[in-house]
Amino acid sequence: MLQCNMRVMKIAIVDESAARASIIEEGLAELDNPEIHILTDRQGLLARIEQIGPDIVLIDLGNPSRDVLEEYFSVSRVLSRPIAMFVDESDDESIAASIDAGVSSYVVDGLSANRIKPILDLAVKRFNAFARLQSDLAEAKGKLAERETIDRAKRILMDSKGVSEPEAYAELRRKAMSSSKRIAEIAEAVVTAHDLIGGD
Amino acid sequence: MATRELTIGFLPLVDACLPILAQEHGFAEEEGLRLSFVKDVSWATVLDRLLYGHTDAAHMLAPLAIATTLGRGRPAQPLAAPFVLGLNGNAVTMAKDLAARVCNSDAFCDPVMVGAKLRAEVDEAVSAGRKLRFGVVHRYSSHNYKLRYWLAACGIRPDIDVEILTVAPPFVADALANGEIDGACVGEPWNSVCVERDVGTIVLATAQIWRRGVEKVLAMREPVLDDRREEVEGLIRAMRRAGKHFIDPANTEENARLLASENYLAGDEQLVARAISDKLVLTHGAVPVHFPDFMFQHSEAANFPWVSQAVWLYTQMVRWDQFEFDESDAEKAARVFRPDIYRTALKATGDDLPAANSKVEGSVTQLTQVGTQQGSITLSENKFFDGKTFDPVAAKAYLDALP
Repeated sequence: MLQCNMRVMKIAIVDESAARASIIEEGLAELDNPEIHILTDRQGLLARIEQIGPDIVLIDLGNPSRDVLEEYFSVSRVLSRPIAMFVDESDDESIAASIDAGVSSYVVDGLSANRIKPILDLAVKRFNAFARLQSDLAEAKGKLAERETIDRAKRILMDSKGVSEPEAYAELRRKAMSSSKRIAEIAEAVVTAHDLIGGD
Repeated sequence: MATRELTIGFLPLVDACLPILAQEHGFAEEEGLRLSFVKDVSWATVLDRLLYGHTDAAHMLAPLAIATTLGRGRPAQPLAAPFVLGLNGNAVTMAKDLAARVCNSDAFCDPVMVGAKLRAEVDEAVSAGRKLRFGVVHRYSSHNYKLRYWLAACGIRPDIDVEILTVAPPFVADALANGEIDGACVGEPWNSVCVERDVGTIVLATAQIWRRGVEKVLAMREPVLDDRREEVEGLIRAMRRAGKHFIDPANTEENARLLASENYLAGDEQLVARAISDKLVLTHGAVPVHFPDFMFQHSEAANFPWVSQAVWLYTQMVRWDQFEFDESDAEKAARVFRPDIYRTALKATGDDLPAANSKVEGSVTQLTQVGTQQGSITLSENKFFDGKTFDPVAAKAYLDALP
């Protein structure tokens, strides 16, 4: 591969979530030796960008610094290496995919589309992977919390009605079925009612 | 009638109120619409979601809708604004010590007087080798254009004598507190947040700079507007009813509570109520000051997209982006505002519909009857603080005569 005439691609990842930024970084490492910078701090962001002089900037859609960054890029048009919004209009599909995934990109003018597309595609993949991880985690956390609520509800029933644990559970389940609710919801109601009337 | 959905993007600001209240009070439902909302923290993201179809319509800075149509900052995409979400509603807040030197008053100060005193401060700073710094919410915002209009008319050159930079509204109070900026022009509730944190004093309302200055619009991609014309007209009717509800003082508390809730502004309902009722606390611990028309969301056909206002915004874009005035761009900018859609939506409702699509901005200095499609409405004062008027047919000449 003759790439000696291409300088090292500098990529800046702006993300207040350090965890997500490193997942993206890891994904981009597949590329041909890019120089990757991660910027998680809002303070001093523009100075860091200025210092790095990136070829491409990736920033998550939920980042509050986007307008500040765009202002900076539009002013930098008069500098020697102006940064454009996105790539070029012909590559709209990968931009749409990146917006769907929650990442936006800014690219130095004149960088060719075939160098940018693989970066965007990888960033999208990693963003999606991170989103999946998060929803798995949220689901796992939710399940854990539900389990705890159900345990508490069982204990309340056992204490107040003097029933065994299987009986307490059966009662929760019966109530859930008859009111077409989930057991966790019934358990939640039991716990709330108990708290309201001054239980411990 | 089957319920149809429209997804609307917004930033958590008080002036996102009309679509939100149209949904919350059931006005949208009565038009067969269900509105869902996507909240973001930057205008760039609100715009991207609109351009890439995550949303059907968006709460949008009027100049940004025009800039997008003209391809400034992003590849050009025609946007259409069939409804103005409100006029003004922003203020200039300054660091407390600076405010105390330029505005020695318990009320909003006179913009000419503050401008003169500020000019002395600016000169002093420059001779000490520094520039006063002002934050605005976006390069393409009415905040930026009103602030610059005011500074320039007071003899302060915005790009030379001071520094104007973008600061996201939620960080304005921090930026004032740590001395990053000396002042800011921002919408509510963020001025009031500065006052509550005792890091700034509200000095001027933007309504003092231009009494009837256009602020946010409901923006859509032009092809989406064409596709969903019927729904959009229903939304316009629903938002007119929401506006009527919004300005009724009897509803202030309820609307403040709704807007401040977690899904929308996720803020302090007391602060939201100040903007709704036009009664702002200007310095920490002071009594509220009533400034009628601080926000102007409904009366006098406030939501009518006057083409002349779009052209005024274009002149300011030319002025501060420093490019050449171009007749065909001016026409494109004018076409962003769509009074035709507004008219069709409301023609059977008996609502006020001005007879013209364009007017000489800043020319009404006293209560004036103007013709409507049926009868007339009374417009009150709409002047610029320096007394200039803007005639959209002579936009270039207007621009040439500005400082």
